[in-house]
Amino acid sequence: MEIKHEDYTVKFDSEEKKITCEGTFRLTSSEYIAILELLYAAADIKLDVLHVDFTDLVFLNSSGINTLCKFIIRLRNNEAVQVKVTGSHKHAWQKKSLGNFKKILPSLEIEFS
Amino acid sequence: MQKTIGKFIERDTNKDHEFLIINFSPTTLPLDKKWRNNGLTAVFFAEYLSAFFPGEDEASKRRRSEVKGAVDYIANELLENAMKFSFLAHEAAVQLCVVLKPKMVTFYMTNCVEAASVEAWCKKLNLLIMEDTEALFMQQIEDNCEKNSGSSLGYLTMINDWNVSLAWKFEPFEGNEKAQQVTVMAHLPI
Repeated sequence: MEIKHEDYTVKFDSEEKKITCEGTFRLTSSEYIAILELLYAAADIKLDVLHVDFTDLVFLNSSGINTLCKFIIRLRNNEAVQVKVTGSHKHAWQKKSLGNFKKILPSLEIEFS
Repeated sequence: MQKTIGKFIERDTNKDHEFLIINFSPTTLPLDKKWRNNGLTAVFFAEYLSAFFPGEDEASKRRRSEVKGAVDYIANELLENAMKFSFLAHEAAVQLCVVLKPKMVTFYMTNCVEAASVEAWCKKLNLLIMEDTEALFMQQIEDNCEKNSGSSLGYLTMINDWNVSLAWKFEPFEGNEKAQQVTVMAHLPI
């Protein structure tokens, strides 16, 4: 499953058990609906592990934070899954905001490159 | 009558030497184009101000990247809010002023809102000043799972994630009792 836009890409690879978000998420609430549907679809497969890679996500607005929090809540409610998030110190928002996901799902691991 | 929430500090135009102001009408472009312009404006402010943090060693680069990321995020959120909630958009311009000081960047976002909505809005803003904003964030994201409207996370993330102090000033809008002018002040320590 993949959403490709000139400003961003969201990709779910079920074999690799990996979601990759790249580019710039500077969208309106309604524009995030398609992204959230993809994320929910990935969450509802209930894989044993899931890697979410934000390393090349340059910018995320508060509506984007809301979308990703909804996804993490869905993962939390689905239980079982072990979630690993990877990010980069290159993008200031990741250092500041990725920790919010761990508050929702304390077992989530965050790794910075 | 003027009303403030939080510790609102007026701009000192005699002492503020380094600042940028952008002033425009929110009706000039359709919403999707305006949204794109918010991004362009925020990136411009961020790129411009980051140039005041030179140096090629790792610590300087990190500081420059942090200032740039913070200014981009905060300017973008303030502009998005102003676009979403502007009232009398055909009469009232939207203005963003960003002032650079040695240890602080201060944003002043001014736009016009519907007077009838101000009281309910002020109640929510008072919560941001009085309550535990970490707990408010967790409550808000759980509530948001039930709906597809706005996130109401802009101010909360500025406070919690970027250590921003916020304050608001409401004033009458000259010539129209149905409107009020609001200025949001956001202090970002750097």
